[in-house]
Amino acid sequence: MTRLGGENRLSFSLETLGAWLLGLLWLAPLLYAVWTAFHPGEYATNFVLTAPLTLQNFVAAWNAAPFATYFVNTMVLVSFILIGQLVLSTLAAFAFARFAFSGRDLLFYLVLIQLMITPDVLAVENYRTMYALGLVDTITAIGLPYIASAFGIFLLRQTFKTVPRELEDAARVEGCGTLGVLWRVYVPLARPTYIAYGLVSVSFHWNNFLWPLIITNSVSTRPLTVGLSVFSSTDQGIDWSVITAATLMTSAPLLVGFLLFQRQFVQSFMRAGIR
Amino acid sequence: MNLAKILRTTAMAAAFAAMAGAAQAATELTFYYPIAVGGAVTKIIDGMTADFEKANPDIKIKPVYAGSYQDTITKIMTAVKGGDAPQLAVALSTDMFTLIDEDAIVPFDEMAKTDADKAWMKSFYPGFMANSQTPAKAGGMTTWGIPFQRSTIVLYWNKEMFKEAGLDPEVPPKTWAEMTAMATKLTKRDASGNVTQWGVQIPSSGFPYWLFQGLTTPNDAMLMNAAGTETYFDKPGVIEALQYWVDLSRKEKVHPPGIVEWGTTPKDFFEKKVAIIWTTTGNLTNVKDNAKFPFGVGMLPANKRLGSPTGGGNFYVFKKASPEQRAAALRFIEWMTSPERAAAWSIATGYVAVSPAAWETPAMKAYVKDFAAPLVARDQLQYAVAELSTHDNQRVTKALNDGLQAALTGAKSPADAMKDAQREADRILKDYR
Amino acid sequence: MLTGRRNAFLAWLLVLPASVLLVVFTHYPVIGTAWHSFMSTPRGRRPARFVGLENYQTMLADPIFWKAFYNNLIYAAGTIPLSVALALAMAVLVSSRIPGRGLLRMAYFTPTVLPMIAVANIWLFFYTPGYGLLDQFLALFGLGGTNWLGSPDTALWCVIVVSIWKEAGFFMIFYLAALQQIPPDLREAAAIEGSGRWYFFRRVTLPLLMPTTLFITINAVINAFRLVDHIFILTRGGPDNATSVLLFYIYEIGFKFWDEGLASAMTIVLLAVLAATAIAQFVFAEKRVHYQ
Repeated sequence: MTRLGGENRLSFSLETLGAWLLGLLWLAPLLYAVWTAFHPGEYATNFVLTAPLTLQNFVAAWNAAPFATYFVNTMVLVSFILIGQLVLSTLAAFAFARFAFSGRDLLFYLVLIQLMITPDVLAVENYRTMYALGLVDTITAIGLPYIASAFGIFLLRQTFKTVPRELEDAARVEGCGTLGVLWRVYVPLARPTYIAYGLVSVSFHWNNFLWPLIITNSVSTRPLTVGLSVFSSTDQGIDWSVITAATLMTSAPLLVGFLLFQRQFVQSFMRAGIR
Repeated sequence: MNLAKILRTTAMAAAFAAMAGAAQAATELTFYYPIAVGGAVTKIIDGMTADFEKANPDIKIKPVYAGSYQDTITKIMTAVKGGDAPQLAVALSTDMFTLIDEDAIVPFDEMAKTDADKAWMKSFYPGFMANSQTPAKAGGMTTWGIPFQRSTIVLYWNKEMFKEAGLDPEVPPKTWAEMTAMATKLTKRDASGNVTQWGVQIPSSGFPYWLFQGLTTPNDAMLMNAAGTETYFDKPGVIEALQYWVDLSRKEKVHPPGIVEWGTTPKDFFEKKVAIIWTTTGNLTNVKDNAKFPFGVGMLPANKRLGSPTGGGNFYVFKKASPEQRAAALRFIEWMTSPERAAAWSIATGYVAVSPAAWETPAMKAYVKDFAAPLVARDQLQYAVAELSTHDNQRVTKALNDGLQAALTGAKSPADAMKDAQREADRILKDYR
Repeated sequence: MLTGRRNAFLAWLLVLPASVLLVVFTHYPVIGTAWHSFMSTPRGRRPARFVGLENYQTMLADPIFWKAFYNNLIYAAGTIPLSVALALAMAVLVSSRIPGRGLLRMAYFTPTVLPMIAVANIWLFFYTPGYGLLDQFLALFGLGGTNWLGSPDTALWCVIVVSIWKEAGFFMIFYLAALQQIPPDLREAAAIEGSGRWYFFRRVTLPLLMPTTLFITINAVINAFRLVDHIFILTRGGPDNATSVLLFYIYEIGFKFWDEGLASAMTIVLLAVLAATAIAQFVFAEKRVHYQ
């Protein structure tokens, strides 16, 4: 490794300083949210270290809107999407990775179109479809357009392609059928990919807003993001203390998960990004 | 009007109906309602419907919290198109034309059969009825909505700042000229010329048209006709009113420049960044709880006359409802808007009680004895006009909002902005004329 | 590879569920949008009818559509290069030997896991004139309050900044992954030859990262036409449509005015933009990125 000369050391310090300023800037909204949520309203805009701590904002937020229902809705939605995606992507990816059939490449390109044209862009037409199916204002309707995931199919296909043939052959010798091979050999070996994809999917759908906003209009179906936007746009204006408390509350599961399993999170996203 | 008598008759009618209905199965009603104010409104509504059911065992009400006003009308429209409309809903008074165009709602005149019903329909402030009626073909007015959670615009001022500026802390501006003069005294600048305290601010994000009506009405200008087919955005009185608003910031420099965010305006007031704000009466409780200084609540200043628009939500009954359900819905609405209920609702939420009788109830009298501010809203009602509402309402409103924002940010002159808005409104409304 | 008639049948069976959903919610809507863009919007008892290019004529005559289109181009031009460049800088910084790089990596990545709709409320506070964080900070330097979101000159840029903040950390991850794949012996070889860090970065790292850059750029382009959540909280498209972008305007037309015909015509424009992006990717990526 090169040794740092005087000039290099200076530039290194500058780099460190710059990196940390940038980091602080990137963390600022979260830091502000934590500050404001745990202090009484009058400290929302001035930062005095002696300000008293309180949990009152969380109580107020929790009581002001049906967050419990929103939480349940989001959980149901996220699980429904994830399970659907994992099953459908696994099946399709396996076909694309291991089968030779006519029309395969064309079909694969048709699948990849979804990477470019995401369901939010097609909201007007998808709303019409959901309406025809009688699914407007249901959690199913929020999730359905995302269940078949080009990204998931693509990612799993890449992974399945790296599975050594010998393992498949060995399984077949032991009497596994084609689906048995998928279940016993491919799925276990693709575990890191599943985790990676799962984390990406959960954080995406936990935070998704536009389509759920369009397709839902009642408490019993609305996910957290939409509930939060309804909650924070009352006629009475903005009470940042309560809104930041609600913000932290709604992002808490993801945020806590992220802080605890930071390394896995980042590595999962990295794995999902490798092509 | 002998109110006690009406009440007695209503109560008796209800009692008879209850007895008659007890034998049959209960009539069920689905009731959509929005929440546009903070606090535990859901619990209040649930409590009120439970009380109603106790008094009327033959009627079952299923209240459904539908979200914001926007959510509620969306939910209603979706349900209507799918043939699954509720029997009863609270939605914006300005959604009236949308609901009429969709052929979704029943006029109350059709449902009000007894004299008591008819008297009840006349028991509300005319200012609130303006947004609830359209001219009938046979003359007179058709009533489509009954006022429930209604509000109006008032001004709030910081008494401390008035004192500091050498103004009488108990006297708000009464006219436009006074408001400009006071705001000039109330605007403070630091050594380098940066403003540290603004004289006045009128929010202009989200729904600037509503606040703008607080200027056009005192200038004796109307924005639309009662049939909702014409707008008058480019009339001189309207342009003058906009010129006044624009001048406050661009010429007098006593009002923050650009678009003022509705949501942060109360906070600006609490943070002592501004001495006078315009906002809804729905903010009374909020200001009372959070202002750390003495404040006053006043009517909007006059120019040619006094005036302010009303706002908020009305009860609607849907065509989908069967005759029994319509009768039950009427009974429920009469109950919800009875003086005692209206008073309790107003005290709990900060909305303006909808009928003069509500202000005469003991509960309301006791409430305003300690806190006189709501009376200002009441007294302003006699000068109040309908909130802007036309056919294809959201689009026409957007045309005006865009024009207002263009003028306030200096992109267009007030005259040009209003001419453009009128042209767009004419284009949209030509199909309805 | 599994071949043969039985396997082909099985393969089709395996792809069937995903294909059906993709057809219903991706392929059909594209065609349906095109079809409905030629139809009028049903109102009350008036059913939809074929109106030819009328919706397109209305769209082209609508100044707000052009404004939203133009805004969207600026939004794209503002977010894409900056978020990609920042992402690269972040990746390089946290993969160097900087103190506390684990914490830094977390800081950069945090916006990715926070809901945009929630953080937009916090950014709204940052931008509030007078006592907002940004103005409080600038006041230290004697600068007066600025109405960041309420002025058409600054509002769109404020929206752009929030998008960059949200995206850069996400894109950083892809660069991090790519940087890890650069063989360490390359760097050693360069060090022996005595080439400087910057030279090495420019001549070796950057070219090796080209496929990643392309991939990220494509994603950034898609997001520039897709990411509108924060606009709902920050400005609602105002002042005077200064921050209205295509998808946001489509939302207003389609779901506030319920004018599905016009909204479909505008969606076609959006789809055309995305298709152009796809073609551009195909052309540029010819040799570098392979889906196979």
